[in-house]
Amino acid sequence: MCDTCGCGQPNDEVTIRKPGDEKHHEHKHTHEHEHEQDHEHEHEYQSHSHERTIELQTDILQKNNLIAERNRGYFEAKNIFVLNMVSSPGSGKTSLLERTIKELGNKINFFVIEGDQQTMNDANRIKAVGAPVVQINTGNGCHLDANMISRAVKELDAENNSVMMIENVGNLICPSLFDLGEAKRVVIISTTEGDDKPIKYPTMFASSHLCIINKTDLLPYVDFDIEKTKQYALQVNHHLEFIQLSVKTGEGMKVWYDWLRNSMKNK
Amino acid sequence: MHEMSIALNIIDIAHEEALRANAKKINEIEIEIGTISGVEISALEFSLDIAVKNTFLENAQRKIIPVQAKAECLECNSIFSLTTFYEPCPNCQSLTINILQGKELRIKSINID
Ligand SMILES: Nc1nc2c(ncn2[C@@H]2O[C@H](COP(=O)(O)OP(=O)(O)OP(=O)(O)O)[C@@H](O)[C@H]2O)c(=O)[nH]1
Ligand SMILES: [Mg+2]
Ligand SMILES: [Zn+2]
Ligand SMILES: [Zn+2]
Ligand SMILES: [Zn+2]
Ligand SMILES: [Zn+2]
Repeated sequence: MCDTCGCGQPNDEVTIRKPGDEKHHEHKHTHEHEHEQDHEHEHEYQSHSHERTIELQTDILQKNNLIAERNRGYFEAKNIFVLNMVSSPGSGKTSLLERTIKELGNKINFFVIEGDQQTMNDANRIKAVGAPVVQINTGNGCHLDANMISRAVKELDAENNSVMMIENVGNLICPSLFDLGEAKRVVIISTTEGDDKPIKYPTMFASSHLCIINKTDLLPYVDFDIEKTKQYALQVNHHLEFIQLSVKTGEGMKVWYDWLRNSMKNK
Repeated sequence: MHEMSIALNIIDIAHEEALRANAKKINEIEIEIGTISGVEISALEFSLDIAVKNTFLENAQRKIIPVQAKAECLECNSIFSLTTFYEPCPNCQSLTINILQGKELRIKSINID
């Protein structure tokens, strides 16, 4: 296990802020586990013991799932269509959001939540193309969770009848377990990655609705077999849809826009 | 890795349940982890070793029980065990399968005093 990423460790610090807010406005992540030191005395007054087993069958992620459902209810009430965009680092998530906002921003209200371990870079890029954005810096954490989204959404104050795109931390493993309350999960893979990614990281592909294959402009130069990728991905999840595109040249972007508009209507 | 988040969630839940039951201590906790849940049991053990310090679970016995993944073939209806998400049906080789179990992340029980 990697020891640099104890995501959610009691002393890690998550910050949520808007571009330009760099100095003030820091929300320190306070942790529920802090009180756990004083258990022993809390319970010492009980002198005799009754050993017993309690059957729980409790989902370990129930807290996250509860908050995710709460987020989902909020989004549905405000008719906000929410996408959770996941991928390895550098697949082109932010580029896809930038181009989409530039080309569709006059017809659809976009709001963006950016998740990265460090820096405001991606939020600044989104702000530059004119969409309201909040940056979540997870510190050591390698995924967003529903609680971070709940807090970020309060900062963002998205309008009714809009689209919210959440760019998750670049990581194909951890984000797969954490429902954020999204309507659809979109996994992005680029042609500079291995075409066996879907079977190397099956949990992510199994939990996604749409797979975008980006950087098709590079296909002549790389050893990437699109059909093989699709085949692998379908083995993991036979409901998965695919769109291949190049954010750089714009090839295939229309298919993505059509998917977006259709999914907004039919959600 | 996300196993640390999982470990902290386990500690939180066990803590709450123990308080609710007025427990003096937790003797044992049983945890079920599906073999295709995306959580590595060894990484989870490692995270728990670190995270349980100074908590209710510090001295509790831990039983982590793997739940073998099983799927149903949508072509021929046979039910079979699998080690990955993407194994063909051993009977008809179809890849159109439905996962029945193996994604569990669950606290099964706690034994308390
Ligand atoms: N050739 C080519 N390059 C692209 C394309 N889309 C994005 N890129 C490049 O890929 C690099 C990474 O793009 P980003 O949009 O920052 O990727 P990201 O997924 O947001 O990265 P992280 O947030 O760091 O995980 C940049 O240099 C982009 O210019 C594409 O369609 N074709
Ligand atoms: Mg990015
Ligand atoms: Zn916590
Ligand atoms: Zn890690
Ligand atoms: Zn993680
Ligand atoms: Zn079969």
